[in-house]
Order: sequence, then structure tokens, then C-alpha cells
Amino acid sequence: PHAGPVESKNEAAMSELVPEPRQKPVVPMKPTGINTNLLGYIGIDTIIEQMRKKTMKTGFDFNIMVVGQSGLGKSTLVNTLFKSQVSRKSSGWNREEKIPKTVEIKAIGHVIEEGGVKMKLTVIDTPGFGDQINNENCWEPIEKYINEQYEKFLKEEVNIARKKRIPDTRVHCCLYFISPTGHSLRPLDLEFMKHLSKVVNIIPVIAKADTMTLEEKTEFKQRVRKELEVNGIEFYPQKEFDEDLEDKTENDKIRQESMPFAVVGSDKEYQVNGKRVLGRKTPWGIIEVENLTHCEFALLRDFVIRTHLQDLKEVTHNIHYETYRAKRLNDNGGLPPMTVETEENHESNL
Amino acid sequence: QQKNLEGYVGFANLPNQVYRKSVKRGFEFTLMVVGESGLGKSTLINSLFLTELYSPEYPGPSHRIKKTVQVEQSKVLIKEGGVQLLLTIVDTPGFGDAVDNSNCWQPVIDYIDSKFEDYLNAESRVNRRQMPDNRVQCCLYFIAPSGHGLKPLDIEFMKRLHEKVNIIPLIAKADTLTPEECQQFKKQIMKEIQEHKIKIYEFPETDDEEENKIVKKIKDRLPLAVVGSNTIIEVNGKRVRGRQYPWGVAEVENGEHCDFTILRNMLIRTHMQDLKDVTNNVHYENYRSRKLAAVTYNGVDNNKNKGQLTKSPLAQMEEERREHVAKMKKMEMEMEQVFEMKVKEKVQKLKDSEAEV
Repeated sequence: PHAGPVESKNEAAMSELVPEPRQKPVVPMKPTGINTNLLGYIGIDTIIEQMRKKTMKTGFDFNIMVVGQSGLGKSTLVNTLFKSQVSRKSSGWNREEKIPKTVEIKAIGHVIEEGGVKMKLTVIDTPGFGDQINNENCWEPIEKYINEQYEKFLKEEVNIARKKRIPDTRVHCCLYFISPTGHSLRPLDLEFMKHLSKVVNIIPVIAKADTMTLEEKTEFKQRVRKELEVNGIEFYPQKEFDEDLEDKTENDKIRQESMPFAVVGSDKEYQVNGKRVLGRKTPWGIIEVENLTHCEFALLRDFVIRTHLQDLKEVTHNIHYETYRAKRLNDNGGLPPMTVETEENHESNL
Repeated sequence: QQKNLEGYVGFANLPNQVYRKSVKRGFEFTLMVVGESGLGKSTLINSLFLTELYSPEYPGPSHRIKKTVQVEQSKVLIKEGGVQLLLTIVDTPGFGDAVDNSNCWQPVIDYIDSKFEDYLNAESRVNRRQMPDNRVQCCLYFIAPSGHGLKPLDIEFMKRLHEKVNIIPLIAKADTLTPEECQQFKKQIMKEIQEHKIKIYEFPETDDEEENKIVKKIKDRLPLAVVGSNTIIEVNGKRVRGRQYPWGVAEVENGEHCDFTILRNMLIRTHMQDLKDVTNNVHYENYRSRKLAAVTYNGVDNNKNKGQLTKSPLAQMEEERREHVAKMKKMEMEMEQVFEMKVKEKVQKLKDSEAEV
């Protein structure tokens, strides 16, 4: 009775008329028993190679959003993360540009390639957030944008004639920049994360970490973690989505010790001990961005790009998006609105 | 015309007499610190006055969750070389910390005005033996080291307070910025201050060449980028106050690291008296004339707290005289205008009749 994708997990979710949109949908489980008594080599494990080849050919999308008051080094950090000029700062943005009067959403896309793998990276910047005198509800434009991307995806999914590969503009990861006051989180930080941790993966980072000594950093991180816990803010990786014990142990360590990552960004190189490193040069020393004794940038980079990139996308798709979808379909009595219109549009295209 | 003395009179000793009297009396100074929480204000005050006014047990912002901006004052008596200074620090916890910071400057304005009012009342009393001076003589405004420019809140605050108190803008936690970033940031801030016509505290010009050179050096480095610390660290065999990082030590008193020494010297060693004078002669007088003018012009006392204020009859006469003179001038001008018009008409008529003829 509905024109949605026919998959067992969705039917299960739909049939319950979910009262609370936040019910955890069923995610494909890992097989519990592994049959090791194979009578010869079948070649199932080559699937990994096949997937890899496919991914290399098609490339993949990654959409990362940065949120924080102006001057916290967001653009610089994104450039450092992806080792190229991908932020708003490099796309003709003038340093002396005035702070916008309302929160703007600026998405800039780039295609970067590494080892034969193409990534279509979109950096979504949010200038104006938290910069006004009155910042009431300044997260609303951001929440709206995120939901709009879910809506776009939903509309595509729900079409009769769907595109082979639905363009994915959903925000996979939101880096929230905390100001390194050394004291505690600001009311605005708490408000934002409370509202948005329910719709997107939030990774809190402590910006401009070169302001703090090691003791100040440790104390601040502890306090921030505690405040996040006390306020019930679930940042990525969320506890409830740990799939198995292995994930849980790994993620627990990250959640309780490393996060929030205290980072420093830079796109300038200096010579240190004969090596060229990314860093910041001050009269009292050079801060090396990728040196773990100086700051946790390398940890953030490894976390977001080298280990959890795919997981970020999966959680966005399987959980945040599904929550949105369930809520939307429920609100409309099981039928997505605009179905008729889109059907007509696409029929006419045929 | 200066006359030459024919012997030693002895009044050259006057400065010493003043000095001795002042030292006996002791000095007072009231300093206000304003800025968002976490900008190192308490640490800087501790560093400036080498005290633990804000001890580590002082409840930091994380413990003081206030819904509105508070204005708190703490007093400390500092003695050095026989001179004693009664220092009052006025803190403004909660400033700029809320989600909605509209009017967060109002409690600050109210506080400053109330101190002016207290002084005005004390001045007007019959018995003026004890006149405590709690007027705010200097306001250190802490700017967050974003590296970009001023925030809307910074501009709003300074615009509203620059005619009530001496504002000295500071770049807080300056060890966040590299020297180039700091330079650019300072330039941008001064540009915006000029654009918005904000009058920050101006260092006075003196007759002394040397002093003027120093003053010019200070002016070039505005706003001062400061770092605070009372932790002593050993660097190259020397014991210095600083902040220890894995990549080096940022020294508080090193002129190449930050402008702390400039601030300290300026605030305490050279310009403290001038700050007090400007507060007394400019900001306080502005307040006073506005307050008293509001009382007379309407005939009715507009002010809720009256105090024993009477407008001096001399001032009243002076005002009436001025009004009269202004009225006379106006009448004169009008008459001249009328006269000119008439002359023009006459000339025109003559021309016309000439033409006819």
C-alpha cells in the first residue's frame, strides 16, 4: 500500500506505527555462527576485493558540517583534515568579511582523490552561528538544513523511477567547535548539542587547543565530558549504536578518554628537526599539528577519516535518516506527501 | 612673564610635600574587568598585582551559574615601599555568557552611574570630611582572540560605555595567536573601533620628548595582547612567570611574547594618576552636568534619588544671560534679513522705473 523500498526492516518499522520516532530500527546483524567446515575454497572472501573495486570506480560522498562561533579555526581545521584548500576560507572568502546577521548555510563541494579512490567531499559551513548578541534559536536554520537533506533523499527513494545512485547530500558528520575557555561548556553549546544530537552525528572538538597547557586540557576535557553526560547529550559514537562487544570496547575508550578531541589546525609548513611539518610558529616554539604530544589533531583525523568514515555514513543512513523517514511517513498516515506529484513528474520523463 | 628670583624661596619643595601627604593618605584605585567567562580575567588581575585576589578556590564560572549579569566588587590593600594602594576590582560575571545577551551591559552601566551618583551626593553634602571615591577609573575590556575582528557584543558594549568610563581594550589569551595573526587582528580591531567612533582611553601627550616616544610605542601596539600567569617556570636558568606548553614556555613578562609588561607599566607605573584625572574631569563631569541639567530644565525634579542638590544662583543667572544674548542675536539676524530684503526690493523698483523711462 505504500510506494517505499521493499525491505524487511522497513516493513517491520512501519507496521508498528512508531509512537516515538527514536526507536532503534533493526540493523542487519552479523551472523552468529560461522561455518568453518568448508570442503574447499569457494572464493566468498573475494567479495571484499570486488566491493573495493566498485567503491574505487564509483567513489563516494562525504558531507561534513562545521559549527561554532567565528574565529574558532573551523575553516583551517577542515583544510588541515583533508590536506587541501576545501573550506569556505579558500573559496574567495575574505578574512575581513562581516559577520552575517543570521546563520547562513554554505556548502562547498570538492572532489579529492587518493590511492585511486575518489571522494566527493562537501564541507558545510555555518557562518553567523553564535556570533550575535542574541543567539536564541540560532541552531534552527541548521536543523532545518539537515532535515531538508533527509527530505531530499526521502523524495528520491520514494520515486517510482529512482536514480541508480541517489545523490547523498545528508550531513554525515557535524563537528561542533567548543571554545577553549578552560572552564565549562557555554549555555549555547549545550542548547545546540541537545537539539542536534538527535538528528545528526555530532563530534565535539575543542578548538584552538594551543591555548591550554596539558593540565588545563585534561581538566577541561573531563569537565566537558561530565557536562555532556549530565545533560544527556549523546555524541558520536553513540553508546546505543555499538553493535558488538568489540565496537563497545573500542568506542568506550574513545568516548571516555579521547573525546572531545583538543585540536589545532594549520595549513602552513615549517622545518622541525629536518622534517617539514604542519604547524604554528610562535616566539616560544613551533606547535606541530600532527604531533600527538602537542595536540590531538591526528586522533581526530584518524577517527573521522581512517577508521570511522564508513560508520559515520552508516549511522546517518540507518539511524538518523530512518528516524526521520519513520516520523515523516507516520505523520502523513503512512503515505509520503507529494507522492502523486513526483510520480507524475517521473512518469512524464519516461 | 616669569620673574627671576633673587634668592632661594623654597617652594620647589612643594612636590615633595604633596608626595609625602599622598603617601600618608594612601592611594585608591578602582578597576573594572569585563569580558566573557574563560578569557583569563582573574588570572590577569592576579598577575598584574602579584596577588591571589582570585584564589584557585574562587568559584569559577563553571560553579556560578547565574541567569543575569552580576557586578561584584572585591577590595585588596597592597603595600609596597611605604606606599599603600587600596585596590578595588569590579568583576562582571555572566557578561556575554548567555544565549541571549541583549542588554547584558545594562547592569554595568547602572553600576558605574550609581558610583557617580554616590560621589555627587557626597560632594554636595555639608560635611565633606570623608569622601570615599568608588568611581570606576578604568575598565579593562577583554576581547576573545578569534583573530578575525570585534564581535557585535564588543562593539555594542564599547559604544555604550566609552563616554562613561576609560575603556582599555585587551586581547585576551594572546598566546593563541602567532605574531602575524596578532598584528592583523590588532589592525582589524583598531579599524573597527575607528569605524564605530568608539573613544577608547587616549594616552595624553606630554611636553617630554622621551615620554612621547614611549607613548607612541604604546599607541602602536593597541589593543594590548596579554597573557597572564603567576606560575614560575625555569627557562634557560632564569625563573620567569609563564605558561608551560609541550612546545615551549610563553613568558608573561617577555615583550616579544605579549604586551603584559606594557599594560602593567602603563596601568600602574605611569598612567594610574591620569586615569583617575580623566575619570574625575571628563567622565564624572559629563555625568554631573547631565544629571544637574535634567533637574533644572524641567523645573521639576526628574531624578528618583534627589540628594541635597541645589542649583547655584550664579549658574542660574549665567544661563539666563546666555539665553538673553542668544535671543538678541536672533532678533538682530532677523532684522538684518528684513533690511536686506527691503533694499533688494527698492533696488529692483528703481531698475524697473529706469527701464520704463
